[in-house]
Amino acid sequence: MEEKLLTRHFDLKNLYKIEVYLKEVGYQAVKRALKEMKPEEILEEVKNANLRGRGGAGFPAGVKWGFVPQDVDKPKYLCVNADEGEPGTFKDRYIMSHNPHLMIEGIIITCFCVGIHTAFIYIRGEYEAIALRLEQAISEAYKKGFLGKNILETGFDLDVFVHRGAGAYICGEETGLLESLEGKRGHPRLKPPFPASIGLFQCPTVINNVETISNIPQIILNGAEWFLKKGLPKDGGTRIFGVSGVVKNPGIYELPLGTNLKDIIFKYAGGMKEGKKLKAVFPGGMSAPILKADEINIKMDFDSLVEAESMLGSAAIIVIDEETSMLDVLKVVTRFYSHESCGQCTPCRIGNSWINKIIKRIAAGGGKRGDIDNIIRLASNMMGKTLCPLGDAAAMPILSITKKFRKEIESYTAN
Amino acid sequence: MSPEFSDQTKKKIEEVLSRYPRKEAAILPLLHLTQREFGCISNEEEKIVAEILGIKPIKVREVVSFYTMLNPKPVGKYHIQVCSNLSCFLMEAEELIDYLKEKLGIEPGETTPDKKFTLTTVECLGACDQAPSMMINFDYYGHLDKKKIDELLDKLK
Ligand SMILES: Cc1cc2nc3c(=O)[nH]c(=O)nc-3n(C[C@H](O)[C@H](O)[C@H](O)COP(=O)(O)O)c2cc1C
Ligand code: SF4
Ligand code: FES
Repeated sequence: MEEKLLTRHFDLKNLYKIEVYLKEVGYQAVKRALKEMKPEEILEEVKNANLRGRGGAGFPAGVKWGFVPQDVDKPKYLCVNADEGEPGTFKDRYIMSHNPHLMIEGIIITCFCVGIHTAFIYIRGEYEAIALRLEQAISEAYKKGFLGKNILETGFDLDVFVHRGAGAYICGEETGLLESLEGKRGHPRLKPPFPASIGLFQCPTVINNVETISNIPQIILNGAEWFLKKGLPKDGGTRIFGVSGVVKNPGIYELPLGTNLKDIIFKYAGGMKEGKKLKAVFPGGMSAPILKADEINIKMDFDSLVEAESMLGSAAIIVIDEETSMLDVLKVVTRFYSHESCGQCTPCRIGNSWINKIIKRIAAGGGKRGDIDNIIRLASNMMGKTLCPLGDAAAMPILSITKKFRKEIESYTAN
Repeated sequence: MSPEFSDQTKKKIEEVLSRYPRKEAAILPLLHLTQREFGCISNEEEKIVAEILGIKPIKVREVVSFYTMLNPKPVGKYHIQVCSNLSCFLMEAEELIDYLKEKLGIEPGETTPDKKFTLTTVECLGACDQAPSMMINFDYYGHLDKKKIDELLDKLK
């Protein structure tokens, strides 16, 4: 039977208040980490847990922390990525609104491990109510001595601030986030240098997703081996899958990594809405290559999805029904990316808006022979040829839809 | 005459500035405060923010024009932002947008003549489980249909 870890206490009333949290779960992980463990031991444990990033790319958190140079005299920063802009994704909202102290515990332990004394939570601007809740939770944590100077009398200092974005998908990309946090447009930076060495204000910086950080406390309390057993050997723990679209019960479902996609849709999310038939699924946010109805008998973990030529991304499952036109899906997808391209790279700026124009023309009845090949050519020219991965993120759904549903799209162009 | 912040906001601005090692980093928090206080960020407001941060107003303009939540022009008393991204689209968001256009008599991007409502279509709001979703000012509303929209708008004075 599946066991909830991160969302286990979500039903508790007022869990977001520190009194309730202390009584039920209690900052035990922070106490153990700061009082009984050395930073190197924490790093080792997180590395061994194979905790892979929950924001999209799936990079192992422990390895990332290990890249931060320890012999510099500059300050170091943690940025928690709470931008949650990937269409279909809403899991971080649940974590932050139901259990903000779990994330704060994760922040404290991460910072203690890496030697960081200032953390910023970059939260999307629309989540104003959640930002207020976080600020409240942070101020409670200061009052109880879990934040601020000399935390739990260990000599460790940490300040945490909430920083609100203002509506730009690209600020979820880690270097776009850094630029935005520095007070500029969210234009992604060229890598290398990587943020671990030169990040926020030119200082070493760790950037992790809300869900990634929220996994840290339980790894500290139960150990890496335990964590691996909850998921897969190379991909420890659970994932909070967000299911939306044409299903009976949209929502979040916390399940072990490696859970079958078909089961998530048909068993946990209740299957398709009355009278609807499955047509296609985005398994990891709208940026992931699409899967057809007969391709969903697969395990949901990073490696299995790569094998299926898609990706787990933010584990946001968007379910599309038979009656929906794939041309309409393409219209929504390409409008989004042409709107969100920051404009720095020509293939992304021009490619996305051009593809969107072609799709709109087809939808208006003006499709021409050769349109689909043109779209494929434009999208292929974005793959791997841009400064940040948004180019790929746009190309992948477009290429997979035109490939897997070519006949259908063609039927709209040939007239 | 250039607008002036309330004393409460002035205090908040001091606190915000103290969080960052560089002043410019406070621009988004300052712009949020500005928009809350004055309703929008036009040239006048850009100037005061630039002054506080010690940068040129054009730098503020650059930032304001990049972020969709920052309004260079005033919006109505109630800013209705309807999600038109995929999960909401799959749950008939387009019909709702058409309904709102008809009901309010305006197109997305416009404000009603009485300055009560502004209608905007936006990308994913992070509430896809409650699709179709929208925000009115900063409040989220989900599982929308025409009836629910009627009820919601009727309550707004
Ligand atoms: C266009 C784009 C948008 C992204 N948006 C988000 C986001 O909203 N939230 C997030 O956590 N990661 C997002 N990412 C991934 C981040 O760049 C980064 O990989 C992640 O925050 C690292 O944290 P993790 O290793 O814990 O996953 C985005 C990436 C790209 C290319
Ligand atoms: S790929 Fe697109 S979003 Fe990314 S930096 Fe280039 S233009 Fe900007
Ligand atoms: S798609 Fe509408 S809230 Fe996410």
